[in-house]
Amino acid sequence: MRDGRDGAPLLTVEKLCVHFNNGRQDVQATRDIAFSVQPGERVGIVGESGCGKTVTGLSLLGLLPRHTSRVTGTALFEGQNLIGLAPDRLRQIRGRKIGMIFQEPMSALDPVFTIGSQIGETIRTHFAVGKKEARQRAIAALDSVGISSPERVHDSYPHQLSGGMRQRAMIAIALVCEPRLLIADEPTTALDVTIQAQIIDLLMNLSTRSGTALLFITHDLGVIAETCTRMITMYAGEVVEDAPVDTALVRPLHPYTSGLLRSLPRLSAPGTKLHSIPGRVPSPQAMPDGCRFEERCPHALPDCRRHQVLDQVGPDRRVRCFRHDALTLPGALTEQEALV
Amino acid sequence: MILLRHGRMIRRRAFQIVPVIILATFVVFGLLQLVPGDIAVTLAGENATDARIQQIRQSYGLDRPFLVQYGTWLWNAVHLDLSRSYLSNEPVLGQILHRFPTSLLIVGGALSLSLLIGIPLGVLAATKSGSKLDTAVTSFASLGVALPNFWLAMILVATFALSWNWFPATGSVALAKDPAKALLHAALPAIALAAGGVAEVARQLRSALIEILSSQYVRTLHAKGLSPMAILWKHGLKNVSVTLLTVIGLLVNRLLGATVVVEAVFAIPGMGSLIVHAAIHKDFPVVQGVVLSMVVIVISLNLLIDLLYTLLDPRVGLK
Repeated sequence: MRDGRDGAPLLTVEKLCVHFNNGRQDVQATRDIAFSVQPGERVGIVGESGCGKTVTGLSLLGLLPRHTSRVTGTALFEGQNLIGLAPDRLRQIRGRKIGMIFQEPMSALDPVFTIGSQIGETIRTHFAVGKKEARQRAIAALDSVGISSPERVHDSYPHQLSGGMRQRAMIAIALVCEPRLLIADEPTTALDVTIQAQIIDLLMNLSTRSGTALLFITHDLGVIAETCTRMITMYAGEVVEDAPVDTALVRPLHPYTSGLLRSLPRLSAPGTKLHSIPGRVPSPQAMPDGCRFEERCPHALPDCRRHQVLDQVGPDRRVRCFRHDALTLPGALTEQEALV
Repeated sequence: MILLRHGRMIRRRAFQIVPVIILATFVVFGLLQLVPGDIAVTLAGENATDARIQQIRQSYGLDRPFLVQYGTWLWNAVHLDLSRSYLSNEPVLGQILHRFPTSLLIVGGALSLSLLIGIPLGVLAATKSGSKLDTAVTSFASLGVALPNFWLAMILVATFALSWNWFPATGSVALAKDPAKALLHAALPAIALAAGGVAEVARQLRSALIEILSSQYVRTLHAKGLSPMAILWKHGLKNVSVTLLTVIGLLVNRLLGATVVVEAVFAIPGMGSLIVHAAIHKDFPVVQGVVLSMVVIVISLNLLIDLLYTLLDPRVGLK
């Protein structure tokens, strides 16, 4: 737990585990996920594909397939445990208190309803307002996400809009009820680079303006460095490091975070060979008991095969590596670069 | 406004109908030439002289070349004259108009039953996918598709008409004359035809709805806090209606074909028995007339369905 901060956290996740069962075998997708988000804070969850970051985001809102998944642990949001909450109570939180945006804005919007009706129904699900007011609010929401002709877009269908516009509309849907937390699952991955920057700016502005906390799920460290104040690194279904972004970039404590940061392409050093982490992620069926990164870690010792806990290191850092004291790992930036 | 937008589409499609009609009627006309037997001999009656037969051939134009015969028929058809039956000497158009309501009642009844039973079954199976109910619906659907409808028709007659006397075994009554009796007569044939339809509708609806309910946009709807009922009945149904429309189109085409057999089993004087009887006796004008009306019905129906697509799915253009 994070103490010495201003007030109670908005969201506290502890021991969150997700299992998938396809009828033949039970696979653990995430183990003992723990993190917290303060009101208005922007937290990034980073990790490679398949590390369980998307699953974690979906499990918070109970959006994983009901029959094939099992979620255990707690996720306290404003005093309520989201995990195992009654469906109708959870529905009052979805879209109202916690908004969510997804990676692919084309497939995430219903193709046969207008953008306006998809925003309007969200409003009318959570507030007792008439059609007319819902329309006004929907147009205002489209305006607030930087759409220049909100009335036209209101009456358009998703296929009539560009990718960037669709993602803006998606953001308008997620934020129209002014939620306290926005979970953004790879919101820029499917977009052009120039549009990516616009969407990130937009999310930053909206979250600052309205005080909405942001849980940014992405594999793009650059996006996290730009937007977030804290960075949670996930590897093979576990949180391996949780640290403020600026310190994590300079001095990561977990060898995996360091490897991830060093494999970022750098424009400042042309001609140098890009770093890559050797080996592969262990398969979910053969997860080691000890450190899951041990096989690929250049600093591994025999003791790494023992179970590793997420150690509190200082007031706002945690790391799942018992060697963190002994190691000095390179980050994406040197101390000098960070100062500039 | 809708009609204005669709006017061009309808006009262009109307032109496409012409070659289809010519091709279909020409092929049927050609096939009828291959049917053994000579209508002139039949018409001349027993003990007719060769001269008498020749005279009949001449008076009906049967001695003229094939293409001329077809051309004459087509020219008259364009002027809404489907000529007269060789056998009964009644106008073909009148016969078709007289018999059409009977077939329409059976096909319409079968379609309504297919939808009324098939849609709820499909929706139930999709929402409870993987459950025992789903397995039951799926197995029933496979059975329904596999059962030949003439066999089912005979079983129905044997049980409900002959053993239990709930329904009449044969014949029909005009809907205008006695609606209750007409429906009673149409019930068994419609049920026999509907078995396959129910199965088809339930199966297609189930798989389409399962795909929709596991789609990413439905996940978004859950994330917005919508109730499962709102998601199913508002978003699920509108998205699945496109599939449903396709199924209905194919189903009606098939029912129109299958009614020929089922009408024979129940000895119902509908379009089916009309064309069967005419084909056996080489009564060209009747066969051609029925084929023509079927082609027009099927094509108009497909056009109507294409128009509905554009209303239900905004992505379908009016090109």
